[in-house]
Amino acid sequence: MKILICISNVPDTTTKIKFVNNNTAFDIAGVQWIINPWDELALTRALEIKDAQPGIIENITVVNVGLIDSEPTIRKALAIGADAAIRINAEPKDTFFVASQIAEVVRKESFDIVICGIESSDYNGAALGGMLSEMLDLPSVSAVSHLDVVNGAVELKREIDGGQETVATQLPFIAIIQKGIAKDARIPSMRGIMTAKSKPLTAVEPIAADLLTEFVGFDLPKPKAACKKIDPDNVRELVNLLHNEAKLI
Amino acid sequence: MNFEFTEEQKMIQQAAKDFAERELLPDVIERDEKSEFPAEHIKKLSELGFLGMMADPKYDGGGMDTISYVLAMEEISKIDSSVAVVMSVCNSLVNWGLEAFGTDAQKEKYLRPLASGQKIGAFLLSEPEAGSDATSQRTTAEDKGDYYLLNGTKNWITNANSASTYIVIAQTNPEKKHKGINALIVDKNSPGITLGPHENKMGMRSSDTHSVMFNDVKVPKENRIGDDGFGFSFAMKTLDGGRIGIASQALGIASGAFERALKYSKERKAFGTEIFNHQSVAFKLSDMAVKIENARNLCLKSAWLKDQHLPYGIASAMAKQYCADIAMEVTTEAVQIHGGYGYVKEYHVERLMREAKLTQIYEGTSEVQKIVISRSLLK
Amino acid sequence: MSVLVYTENWDGKFKKVTFELVSYAQEIAKKLGTSVVALSIGNVNDEQLKALGNYGATKVLNVQDDKLKWLNNQAYTSVVAQAVAKENANVIIFAHNNSGKAIASRLSVRLKAGLATGATAVPSSFDPFTVTKKVFTSKALGNIVIKTPVRIITLLQNAFGLIESKVEVAVEAFQPEVKDSELKTVVKEVNKITGKILLTDAEIVVSGGRGMKGPENWGPIEELAALLGAGTACSRPVSDEGWRPHDEHTGQTGKVIAPNLYFACGISGAIQHLGGISGSKCIVAINKDPDAPIFEAADYGIVGDVLKVLPELIAAVKELKAQ
Repeated sequence: MKILICISNVPDTTTKIKFVNNNTAFDIAGVQWIINPWDELALTRALEIKDAQPGIIENITVVNVGLIDSEPTIRKALAIGADAAIRINAEPKDTFFVASQIAEVVRKESFDIVICGIESSDYNGAALGGMLSEMLDLPSVSAVSHLDVVNGAVELKREIDGGQETVATQLPFIAIIQKGIAKDARIPSMRGIMTAKSKPLTAVEPIAADLLTEFVGFDLPKPKAACKKIDPDNVRELVNLLHNEAKLI
Repeated sequence: MNFEFTEEQKMIQQAAKDFAERELLPDVIERDEKSEFPAEHIKKLSELGFLGMMADPKYDGGGMDTISYVLAMEEISKIDSSVAVVMSVCNSLVNWGLEAFGTDAQKEKYLRPLASGQKIGAFLLSEPEAGSDATSQRTTAEDKGDYYLLNGTKNWITNANSASTYIVIAQTNPEKKHKGINALIVDKNSPGITLGPHENKMGMRSSDTHSVMFNDVKVPKENRIGDDGFGFSFAMKTLDGGRIGIASQALGIASGAFERALKYSKERKAFGTEIFNHQSVAFKLSDMAVKIENARNLCLKSAWLKDQHLPYGIASAMAKQYCADIAMEVTTEAVQIHGGYGYVKEYHVERLMREAKLTQIYEGTSEVQKIVISRSLLK
Repeated sequence: MSVLVYTENWDGKFKKVTFELVSYAQEIAKKLGTSVVALSIGNVNDEQLKALGNYGATKVLNVQDDKLKWLNNQAYTSVVAQAVAKENANVIIFAHNNSGKAIASRLSVRLKAGLATGATAVPSSFDPFTVTKKVFTSKALGNIVIKTPVRIITLLQNAFGLIESKVEVAVEAFQPEVKDSELKTVVKEVNKITGKILLTDAEIVVSGGRGMKGPENWGPIEELAALLGAGTACSRPVSDEGWRPHDEHTGQTGKVIAPNLYFACGISGAIQHLGGISGSKCIVAINKDPDAPIFEAADYGIVGDVLKVLPELIAAVKELKAQ
């Protein structure tokens, strides 16, 4: 079985968000870049399955649409345990464009399971997996919180409001994963970091594809009023404020 | 000159940081209070390859350079020096010595399980009456033909209980003074070895420190490292590199305390403003930042020299002395900036201050480093 | 031209978000001079369907087909696409939740229509069609221009609210073609948690963190929630420890919620947690650490031991209710 994992290169989740050029571009100065947390969990889960059943998963490849500066992040995915990586040399400006690029990779090289995080923590597009499945005319399961391979068949659970569904699917398919798929992302080992150097990281040029959307500006949310502190010995005051001031209870 | 870290070095630094924050931070205060050895944590650390990170991949080591080691040691030490010291002893003292001076058979048998992190090691030099003065070893390794007979007591031994492999420095020919000393690889399970009680220390309380008693312990001849009488030279060469480990540990203690103090100074308010806005606090932090920057540069310089196969003994002595001394200063100031909160355990800085003190003492006190440095000035 | 809304029901009843979507669509339709059509898939009774008229839907397409018993992204996308063609819709509105995201993204490719996800308001401009959406997990807002003639929006829950505007509503049975080739996924089993308020639907949420010390201390959280008709939630460490089920986990990597009132009990407020609750109208924090980041996000705060404060809070709420 071959698995493809789509990874996005995003700012560390603790980054202080600022914009430049008259609020039209994200300020990348001093930013530390990481694998999008959902994508990293997807990779972790794929590796867990591969480790638990040697021989079942023959290859885990990661794919990223990004310029050369996303290579350290891709290299980290290899250090964590992916077998190979493909970088499509283009700026990931629009999800439709990104999906078009990755669809091309899947058309050329077949995969049994393609995994996407449900969203990326930068532009929160939350659409890549769906777009990709439609372009490839493949079934997809969204908000997957459990993924396993048992006797060659895929076992899936997805989150629904107020519960969980067990879903069966044909292969190949696209899993759009949610948190819960793996507990913590893996920390790369020394061996992993060392071997990542010699694993294949192939850069390919993008195909022509449309951009359906474009960001034209950004704003920071207005700073909120300071927290009103209430004496712990006067909890009644909180209820009073929530009732009379906020009018919420 | 190039001050830029490689992609790999940054990745190792991040891996160590993630490990420390995710695995070590949650229970570090409790472990310190209970003086509890972090066995599970060490196991995870070894699985990631940190305990043998510099050893040759041929022997299942990580094959990383000393710069990477400094970066990793700093990150681990920011959170838990009791774990960092295990890493330092394994990498700098035990593995390095075996790899540099051991025979192929010794490496196969002893280095491989250590480098791969399956086992941990200990380095037994200090004695009740010979701490920093390594020339006057009272532990004896009597030459009995095909084996040595080991007798005596070693003190303050890190990993004494958890290690499987000891490297013991002992006197074979007292009349030859330090040229009669040998370094022996000793199985911890050998008959005749007993441990003293776990030391109840001021800091690094969860590291596993004991005295070790040898009573007629037989050590096969093939377990001697190097030629007869090489032991003192072996110990000195090993300690040259060990100092880089402890210097980076001290650096990590300092930078860990600094980061906490800086964060606190931007949150805590007094007289109507964050305390960072008071010059007395801001200047303290500025002084701390300069010291840490200097300390880091000394560590990296000595690591760089070692990686370039250039002499690094003096550089590592400077790094060890300076980093340890400023760790003490910086942690003391970090407690001061925290005020009353700094004096209670929850805010970590009091623990870092206790840990800092040990870095001025072990693997050669600050005074011993000054002897090493001043002697080099005389030449 | 029309604005089409994809509605969602839960056991035959529309979720609160559906009425919000219709309100939102009505606001857009007003500006575009068109009308709102709602699409309902599943067994929803007439009374419910007509209720959509209270918020401005003039037409409801009612789809009932056993093949569509379970959410199947591919088949559902086809149904929506057929409704779009039938109603000549040029704006399609979904909720920014799991099903909304899954179908909207497929539909975007099917219709080659630009998609803006996680919108926080009605478009700020219709030419160019510009939508404000959350970015950087709600740490900022981005203005995104959709460059295609047909536009798809997923609306962040509680970003717009409910606006009543009663109109005559026509319910029309709609039988789209459902191809078997698009039914490649099958739901085998459903585990629904019943008797609980849907977290994403709750107006008030009471949430507990590591400061609650252990699952045995959850009594007061549940009691307060019951008193206020609130949902219960928790922070990530709590669900990771297994103190509470995963479906309660709220945060950037868990459920993103936007209730009117959020009680954070013994939650320090890691940035990842704040990412999931920052849309809340009012946040109340109870934590013993005065420096906990949750107080930065909170509107009201009590610095104190949550296990002591909660029973007092419950008593005070009971007192209020008794008045």
